[in-house]
Formats: sequence, C-alpha cells, structure tokens
Amino acid sequence: MPPVFGVLFDGIAYGMLLFLMSVGLSVTLGMMNFVNLAHCSFAMLGGYVTVTLMNALGWPFFATLPVAFIAGAVASIVLERLFFRRFYNSNELNQCLLTIGIVFVSIAAAAYIYGTDQQPMQLPPYLQGSIHFRGLDLAVYRLFLIAAAALITIVLVVTLEWTRFGAQVRAAVNNQRMARGLGIDVDTLFGFTFALGGGLAGLGGALAIAMLGLDPSFALTYLIYVLIVVSVGGLGSIAGSFAAAMLLGVADMAGEYYIPALSSVLIYLVMLVMIMWRPSGLFGRR
Amino acid sequence: MQKLLCGIAGVALAVLGGGAAKAQDSVKIGMVSEYSGQFADTGAQIDHGVELYIKQHGATVAGKKIEIIRKDTGGIAPDLAKRLSQEVIVRDHADILGGFSLTPNALASADVSAQAKKFMVVMNAATSVITEKSPYIARTSSTTPQLNYTLGQWAAKNGIKTIYTMVSNYGPGIDAEIWFQKGFKDGGGTIVGSVRFPVASPDFSSFIQAAKDKNPDAIYIWIPGGAQPAAVGKALAERGIDPKKTKILGQDALASETALKSMGDIAIGMITVSDYDFNHQSPMNKAFVQAYNDQYHRNPDFFSIGGYDGAHLIYAALKKDGGKVDGDSLINAAKGLSWESPRGPVMIDPQTRDIVQTVYIRRVEKVGNQLLNVEIDAVPHVKDPAHGAKK
Amino acid sequence: MTSDSIAAAARETAPAGARDFLRGQIRWRWSEIVFWLATLLPFVLAPDYLVLASQVAISALFALSLDLILGFSGIVSLGHAAYFGVGAYTAGLISVWGWGEPLTGLVVAGIAAGLVGYVTSFVIARFRHLALIMITLGFGLLLQEAANSAGWLTGGFNGLQGIHTWPLLGKFEFDLYGYTAYAYALAGLFLIFLVARRIIHSPFGLALRGIRENGARMPAIGAPTHSHIRTIYTIAAIIAGIAGAMLTQSTETVSLEALGFQRSADVLVMLILGGTGKLYGGIIGAVVYMVARDQFAGLNPQYWYFWIGLLLIAVVMFLPNGILGGLELLAESAKAQWAKSKWAKTP
Repeated sequence: MPPVFGVLFDGIAYGMLLFLMSVGLSVTLGMMNFVNLAHCSFAMLGGYVTVTLMNALGWPFFATLPVAFIAGAVASIVLERLFFRRFYNSNELNQCLLTIGIVFVSIAAAAYIYGTDQQPMQLPPYLQGSIHFRGLDLAVYRLFLIAAAALITIVLVVTLEWTRFGAQVRAAVNNQRMARGLGIDVDTLFGFTFALGGGLAGLGGALAIAMLGLDPSFALTYLIYVLIVVSVGGLGSIAGSFAAAMLLGVADMAGEYYIPALSSVLIYLVMLVMIMWRPSGLFGRR
Repeated sequence: MQKLLCGIAGVALAVLGGGAAKAQDSVKIGMVSEYSGQFADTGAQIDHGVELYIKQHGATVAGKKIEIIRKDTGGIAPDLAKRLSQEVIVRDHADILGGFSLTPNALASADVSAQAKKFMVVMNAATSVITEKSPYIARTSSTTPQLNYTLGQWAAKNGIKTIYTMVSNYGPGIDAEIWFQKGFKDGGGTIVGSVRFPVASPDFSSFIQAAKDKNPDAIYIWIPGGAQPAAVGKALAERGIDPKKTKILGQDALASETALKSMGDIAIGMITVSDYDFNHQSPMNKAFVQAYNDQYHRNPDFFSIGGYDGAHLIYAALKKDGGKVDGDSLINAAKGLSWESPRGPVMIDPQTRDIVQTVYIRRVEKVGNQLLNVEIDAVPHVKDPAHGAKK
Repeated sequence: MTSDSIAAAARETAPAGARDFLRGQIRWRWSEIVFWLATLLPFVLAPDYLVLASQVAISALFALSLDLILGFSGIVSLGHAAYFGVGAYTAGLISVWGWGEPLTGLVVAGIAAGLVGYVTSFVIARFRHLALIMITLGFGLLLQEAANSAGWLTGGFNGLQGIHTWPLLGKFEFDLYGYTAYAYALAGLFLIFLVARRIIHSPFGLALRGIRENGARMPAIGAPTHSHIRTIYTIAAIIAGIAGAMLTQSTETVSLEALGFQRSADVLVMLILGGTGKLYGGIIGAVVYMVARDQFAGLNPQYWYFWIGLLLIAVVMFLPNGILGGLELLAESAKAQWAKSKWAKTP
C-alpha cells in the first residue's frame, strides 16, 4: 500500500491521543461551561500514578489504568467541593485565574515529590513494536490508542445520551433552576460530572505518557493542544471533540510527511481556518 | 478608586525595601539559571554539580567564604535573565555570575558581565558566540560545534557514506545541523537529505518515515532532550529501523540515562557524541559518581559536570589570583587553566576562554541488565571549531 | 460600578447631563494623585530594586493595554503578546540597523504594532467568546513560529543580537542600576495612562462599555460596534507595542518569548489579579504579581510556583473582582459602617 495509508494511520492514532487527553475537558468545559485550565494537571496526576505503580510497585500497565482514572476523579471531586463549585456562576476570568493557580501549585508539588526529571516509562512488550500489514508498519500501541478512544467515545455517548444520568446532566446544564424544580439534585450531579471529567483526564494522561513523556511541566505543555481540540470540536459535543482530534491529528502528520517546512504551524493554521469557518465548533451547540 | 490605591503602593514599596550588606571576606556567586519550568531539571543538575564541588572542597577558598545566591529565570527569558544578573550584582553584591543553561539567557547576561566587569562562568549554554560577547566569560560545558563537527568527521572516517539529518527547528538544532554536516562533508561524506522538525513535536513517525524512504547509511538526529528521545525511540521501533543496521547518530541528550530507560532495547547500537557520561571509566569519575549518588540519589549527567567544573574553575582562579574578585584578575587567572576533571583532561583556551576537552564517541550497549553508553572512540584536545571561523 | 455608571449614563438623556456625567468621571481623585506620587518612591526607598521596578512599569503598561480591550470592551485575548513582540522586535531592529534613539524608536514600534493590530482587528471584530480566544491564541502562536523561521531577520531562538540603545535625550545612559530605565518606563506608563484615561471617559469609551455589556444590542441603538472594536483594538496594539519597545530598549535584548504564549498568559493573569475594567487594575496586578514572584523566587527558586499559585487561588476565593475590586468593596463597606455608626450616635 502507498505511504499515504501509513501517514493516515499515524495521523488517526495521534488524533486519538489528542482526543484521550482532551475528552475530559470536553465534559467539564463543554457540558458544564467551566473553564478548567487545570485539566492537564489531572492528566499529569494520572500519569504519575501509572508511573509510580509500574516502576515502584511493579504493577502491570493495564492494572494501573483504572487507578489513574480513580485518582483523577477523586482529586477533581475534592477540588470541586473545595473550590470549583463556588465558581459555576462566576465569570470565566475568575475560573481562569483559579484554575491557573491550581496548575502552578500542581507543577510545584510534582517537582517537589517526583523531582524535575523525565519519568522513565516502559510499555509492556506486547504493546511495543509494530504489525506488518500489506507493506505498512502499524504500531501496536497506536492500534491500542485507537481502540481505547473508540471505546471511551461509545461509552460516553451512550452514558450521556441514553441514560437517566445523562439526561439529568443535560437538563441541569440547559436550565439549572428548572432542573432543581424537577427534583434533580444538581449539586451532586455536577460533582459526579466533574469527577467524570477529572477521571477521564487521569486516564488520558496515563495513556499519553508513553508517547508524550512525563515531567512537572506536563500540566502546561499540552494545555494548548487540548484547548484547540475542544474548541474546534465544539462545546458540549463529545463527537465533535472526536472528529476535531482526528482532523487535527491527520493534518499534523500529513504536514510533517509532505510539507515539513510548514509542520510547526500547520496545526494552528488548521485551527484558525476551522474556527473562522465554524466559530462554535464542528458540532457545537452554542 | 478609593483611598486604598495609595495604601497598596505603600505596601508594595515596603516589600521592595531593604538591601543586603556586603561582607568583605566572602565571595558571592550569583547563579542565574533555570530552577523552575520546562528546563528545571537542567538547572537542578547544574546546581547539584556546583553544590557537590563546594561540599567536597570546603566553602572557603583563598581565605574567602563562598556564598551561592540562586536566581530563577524560569525558562527562556533573556530580559529576565539580564535583570536578574543586574540585580544579583547591584542588590546582592555578587562578584561572579554562574549557571546559564540556555543560550538566549546567557547572551543577555553577557552584556551585564561586560558592563559590570564581572567574571561569568557559562556552565551549560552551548552556542559558540556566547564567550565572544564579554571578555570576562569562560565556559565549562561544551559547544555544539565542538561535539557535532567532531561526530561528523568521525562518521566520515568510519565507513559511513550517506547520511540523512533531522534536527529541531530552532537555534541549537540548526547550529548542530550546520556543524555536523560540515564535519561530515569535510571528511568526504554525502548528505542525502535533511529536515527540521518543530521543537515541540511529540511524534516523529512521519519524519522517520521520510528519512527511511531515502535509505541512507545513517540517520543523524538532534533533539533537545526532555520527552523527545523516548518518542524518537518509539518511532524508530515502529518504522522498523534497527540502530544496529541503519546507524543512528546524535548528541548526548538522545541517549541520556532517562532516554535509554524509556527507549529500552531499541536504543542498542545508537552512536552519540558527548563530553561526559557517568559511565566514563576512570577512578576519578567512579568517585565522583559515587559521591553524587550518595548526595542526590541519581547519576550525574553532562549538565552536572558543567556545574562541577564551573565551580572548580572559580576555585582555581581564586586560588591563582590570591582571592581577588574583580573580573580582570579572575579571567586572567582562568585563561589557560587546565585540570583533571571526572570527564578527563580539560583546559580553558587562553585565546577564546572556551573549554578544550576530549570528545567521546559512545555506543549504546547492554551491560548486564542495564543500557549504557560505552565509549568506542575518543578525540583528545578538541577546540571549538566555530571561534574564528568565517561567519 | 461600571454597569451602574452605564445605567446612570443611560438615564441621562439630555446631552448636557451626559457631559456632566463624563466630567464627573474624569475628575482626579486625591487617591489617584497619591498613587502616582508613590510611584516615585522607589528612587528614594529602594534604589536596589529599580531594574525590577522598570520591568513592573512595562508590564503594567502592557496590562493597561489589555485592560482597554478586555476590561472595557469585553475582548478576551490569549495572544496579546503578538503586539508586544512586534513592538519589541521593531525597536530592536531599527537599533540594529543603526538608529538607537529611544523616543523615535518608541514611535516607530508603536506604529508597526498598530498596523498589525489594525489589520488583525478586522478578524477580531467578527468573533466573540471561545472562538475569539482561540483566534487570538492561534494568531500569537503563528507569529511566534514565523519569527522563529525568519532567523535571518529576528536572530531566531538566540534572540536579536547587536541592539544598542542610545542615551535617553542624548544624556542619560541606561545604567546597571536601572535609574534611567525606571524613569523612562514610569514616564511612558504615566503619559499613556493619561491618554487611556481620557479615552475611557469619552463618549467613545462609554460606547465600548456598552459593547462589553451587550454586544448584540449596541447596533440596535445605532452604535457602529465593529468599527468601535477595531479602533480600540488598534489603540491597544499600539500601547502593547510601545511597552514591548520599552522592554527591548531598556534591556537591549529581544527574543522569541517576547511574542510567546507565556507572556500573553502572564499579562492576563496580572490583569485579572488586579481587577479588570478599572484602569488601575493592570497596574496593581503587575506590581503584586511581579513583586510576589521576585520575592517568592528569591526565597525558593525551585518551588516558588507553589506560593504564587496559592496567591492566585486566595485572591480569586476572597476577592472575586480582583485585588482592586475587593479593596473597593472593603472600603465601601467600611464607609457605610462609619456613616451608620455616626448616624446612630446622633439621635
């Protein structure tokens, strides 16, 4: 097969990596309208949990993933109860300042606990290397990322569209007062939603570190990419984030292969064009 | 705006007040370095090197007590680096400037060194031109041309005919590309293609694919370190490139200790150039690595050795000039100093004030259970080739 | 306070009434006069801190420029450093090309940044909310990458080399202690502050606040929203460019981070910290943020992020309209308390 398929495959896999990193933000920012710039701090937490369990305690990679999810969820629910809930109705600038403060604290805390160096991380052998398929090298970990992203998308869409919980969340987001009037416990619901977002961030971080590495600056380095995915996809749309991540991933990889001179700006160019074309995002409702 | 505006101004000024008194019998070293942010690990390792040297050799030299004042630039911020250098001299009365892991910051602070006539020791930043910006600068790390020109020549001499180069698209990467290619071409080799990829690139598979398509004898890769070596390793493995067959060449950061841990066995066979590795075989280095581990529970790297030798240079210059701290005395004392470092013999070139040292070519091998950089060749007494070269 | 003032303005239908309202707004309060006098104190009280003070003043000017678009017109930008950087590089380049006179350098840099601002304002005026944030962010990142690629012009990663600033007014060298730098930056900040103050308290300024409060309704009363936004955005770009030029001239360095995301984010944090839409908010925010950073980083060079993060969280938890907003609230309640107690005492 011609190399274009290889590039396409890598692009989709890279896009899925972006998606896994940003889907949690798509939940908190997109559905709850909360500007959570500390999103990548939760991802970083998930990453450190996985690295610690693997390197210090010898856990297998897959066993660490649920723990990373739980760690992200617990951390975000604690912060939600302490801080975030007071700012749901505040303006977005205050949300920015609060969450940037949390990012700074998390960076310093990570540097204090783990030191400033890169955390070494070795995937299990069955996730390394690649499969040869009709002249293409398909990396196993990329296949795994694509599968994971697809699975998470399906679970999320089903949860948010077809379950009672999802209906309640959507009702609460659309009209808080009405939802309360109907007897929905909005406070608890938002707490759970936030935990879901934080948990997904933790899981995304755990899955991403094998590709992106992990050190304390993680909390800021990938924030821009995550914001790009969510805004191009459109607020409040999981499917939008999925499509946007795929588009950006493929564009980025194709750019690197075919026009390397432009590769450093391509992702930003694509973002600008997309946002100017559709200011509220691909599948944005607002 | 209420009366409180003035109150705030008052409080801010109160915080600003108060300077430090200068002690006559001490020498203050203002370390302007990256203690936080993306390059925090570099800053930490340099600082460890300096601290360990002082611990081993006592805090008093030529009758004066050495004091360290740390200033954090937080990353690439030349305006801040310059301000911190000014402040550490004006406010804290520092006599010597040290640290500097990033070229833009070092270049900005070089102005201060020249203006205030202060001795400045560059302990990492590797662009040649830095030492030319002030007559009071000496460097104890290495320069990008020094390492990469040497590697290019070595490659040409050792049976490699064609090379594809790929570098990070920013100052140091471009510098490395130019000098590696020059070394390789001067030795008779052919560059079959080259690419500059974005600094922040998290995924190299497309670039590696493009390199593979050209089917060269070797691929030269220059990356700044951090998370990228692991990503390179992954891309090589996925593209089915075996460093034991298609040679992978690069500079130290590509095969740093954490890089090797993350890459795993795919790294075996990679050939990198460096001025220091903790696996360098000498009794002096064994003792250094041991002491470093006792103190910081990790191995030293080429950043640490820049700091360690930087501290040595300051000590030796102070001893030689009898404890005088003015820039002229110190730089004159520093010129031509040579000593035995854990990395091997080093000297401060009396003309350029840059370091002259042995450059090592190493190959990644599995020793026992561990991946290590094993020296396969050493080029002694290498000067920076860019000083005095035609621009 | 500002929404009240708009309501007040709206109530004043007669032109004479509106004039009186604006005149009342522009009157100098004694607290302001004391504030500006206090900015001279570092020369006497803290001569060792003048270099820091000069960079605080430059950041304050940059934050003031952001306040004009964010605080008064509701345009959230995550790429404002683009104009700062254009100004910084312009000032650097004309110096490298042989003209190091600082004041003319400021003018040229301001014009260059203003031109870029004017061109981009056509796009800016069309978007709101998240789209606008992402467009400003994307534009800033693109410009930084362009500057990185144009190494022949900008010096690339290493920064522009060979900048030399001539003595100010032909007399005052930019010295190691920062006397000239602080005087220069402070004078620039004050003069531009006067201009900004005048703009805000003009009918045009009122129209901008109307756009901030309700962008959809303004065209309905016949206000040319887009052209107003373009004008203020261009003015803000000019001021940002001048701030950038001042930094280049006083430090004789400029590198890619002058254009970077970090700088855009920092100035936003400073402004929100101080309080948006108050003119003084950016200045107070710059003073608090940079002095706090300097002190924390001095005490704890590796982990100062922790303390500055706590500071931000504390401010936003306890002073939701920024430091200035919180202080205003405190002062008002103290005043009310005082008035009440006096009233209570006189039966």
